Amino acid sequence: MRLEIVTESSSQNANVVVECLRSWNPQAIAEVIEFRDETTIVLPRELLRAAAEHCRANAKLQFNLLTDATCVDRYPVEPRFELNYHLVSIPRRDKVRLQVCVSGQDPVVDSLVSVWPGANWLEREIFDLFGVRFNGHPDLRRILLPEDWEGYPLRKDFPVEGFRDVPSTSDLFKKSSML
Amino acid sequence: MTTVDTVTGTAKTMVLNMGPQHPSTHGVLRILLELDGETVVKAVPDIGYLHTGIEKSCEDKTYSQAITLTDRIDYLNPLGNNLVYCLAVEKLLGLEVPKRAQYIRVLTVELQRISSHLVWLGTHAIDLGAMSVFLYCFREREEILKIFEMFAGQRMMTSYIRIGGVALEPPAGWRPAVRKFLNMMPSRVDEYEELLTKNPIWVRRTKDIGYISPEDAIAWSMTGPTLRAAGLAYDNRKVFPYSSYEEFNFDVPTRTESDCYARYLVRVAEIRESLKIIHQAMEKIADEGPITAEAPGIIPPQREKMKTEMEALIYHFKIFTEGFSPQPGEAFVAVESPRGELGCFVASDGSPKPLRVHFRSPSFINLQALPKLIEGQLIADVIACIGTIDIVLGEVDR
Repeated sequence: MRLEIVTESSSQNANVVVECLRSWNPQAIAEVIEFRDETTIVLPRELLRAAAEHCRANAKLQFNLLTDATCVDRYPVEPRFELNYHLVSIPRRDKVRLQVCVSGQDPVVDSLVSVWPGANWLEREIFDLFGVRFNGHPDLRRILLPEDWEGYPLRKDFPVEGFRDVPSTSDLFKKSSML
Repeated sequence: MTTVDTVTGTAKTMVLNMGPQHPSTHGVLRILLELDGETVVKAVPDIGYLHTGIEKSCEDKTYSQAITLTDRIDYLNPLGNNLVYCLAVEKLLGLEVPKRAQYIRVLTVELQRISSHLVWLGTHAIDLGAMSVFLYCFREREEILKIFEMFAGQRMMTSYIRIGGVALEPPAGWRPAVRKFLNMMPSRVDEYEELLTKNPIWVRRTKDIGYISPEDAIAWSMTGPTLRAAGLAYDNRKVFPYSSYEEFNFDVPTRTESDCYARYLVRVAEIRESLKIIHQAMEKIADEGPITAEAPGIIPPQREKMKTEMEALIYHFKIFTEGFSPQPGEAFVAVESPRGELGCFVASDGSPKPLRVHFRSPSFINLQALPKLIEGQLIADVIACIGTIDIVLGEVDR
């Protein structure tokens, strides 16, 4: 057996981020999750943009690169949407994940385009595939799907085959043999 | 679809639709260009023509089945996609991969990087009018694909890297084949450089074209050769090493000019660095040793064991009927693909199928800064700028 569970001790770096955010605003951190050497900081929805700006601008943190933003749909659990922002600090060689949970009734969060312009397409992708809206986004349009597409395909209540009636192979065969 | 009225058309300017079927867009990319004479005033990229819903499909497959889908994201870097997905699932499982398998992974991924850079160099040169480079690049790429065929039985969609290790033992005769390639390649890279580096047409088509400042490049989340040509030595293999990259000696080539020419020089230098890594990997790969981790219930048992041990047969049956279930949690892993930081985010809910698989594809994110590169430039330079960020549309749209 070489199954080795990575120790879930909080690293020194994680403490820096948590302490910095706590000293900036005591309400900033709802929860800190340590899993497989990754630090996830769960933020209240209202504080997302301010906390992200703090992570970028604070001289002790310097998270200058927003590497990824994505969403997880935990349907039917509420709040169902879990937005994950992966930040990298190039000067400090550190990574952190910011997480915000939003409910299915009101899937709106603040856009981070004003903090990192690179968030633009990432947020459009989440809007396109999950239907989460971003307040203050300069250009919130569908990006991968056609503009007249109905529904949000990466939601768990959207079937893998889609909603549209797809003709079966035998139907197609009948149609082609009639020609 | 983006309609024409999203670009503000005035009497002075003209809106030109470039793509989706344009040979120099490297696939199906559509760009709406607002032109004032020959100068680009505004550019709006329109993507999604190749969207295949790979992330959704992954959610309907078991962890091992999804590997074949990852090949098809970036068809110039299938092994890199396999690697990042497997690393993410291994992180979720807390699985440690044997050193020998890690070195084999490094070897194949670096060969893949060279082949991807060769396709980039060939197509970029053909876009700018240098036909012969394309033929030379594809000649050498063919040799790499032959090596992949030896290793995996497949030239492009290899699915060679698997969860916990690699699919097959390296084939007999792999060392001479790789050595032959390593002996041949340096002089061939010199050949490309002789054709291009001091070629006045090439220099005038690429120098001072498509400039982006390092601050902007970071703000727009650009990574890979584009960021390194802007002077930042950010390379995941060095900064956050994975798969034992910390044991290899190589440099991260950087430039400061941040134009198309600098990106060309960075990529050519990366080919040479990859050759160095392959040399070292060849020495490190032992002739014998495990190629997969030992984790019953996750890694399929060997054929021989299944014939003699009941447990092995049971595990085999369980893995291929229901799969394995990592404990609930999330993992994000980033590797350095030829195009930049390739990330994979996997979330598990404790079932045998992933709750969510997301790929942070460098092409997608680098492409959004394209307007920044081309606005204010001439329309002929749009071609150079699309080529220089090295996009693969399969990866942009996923």
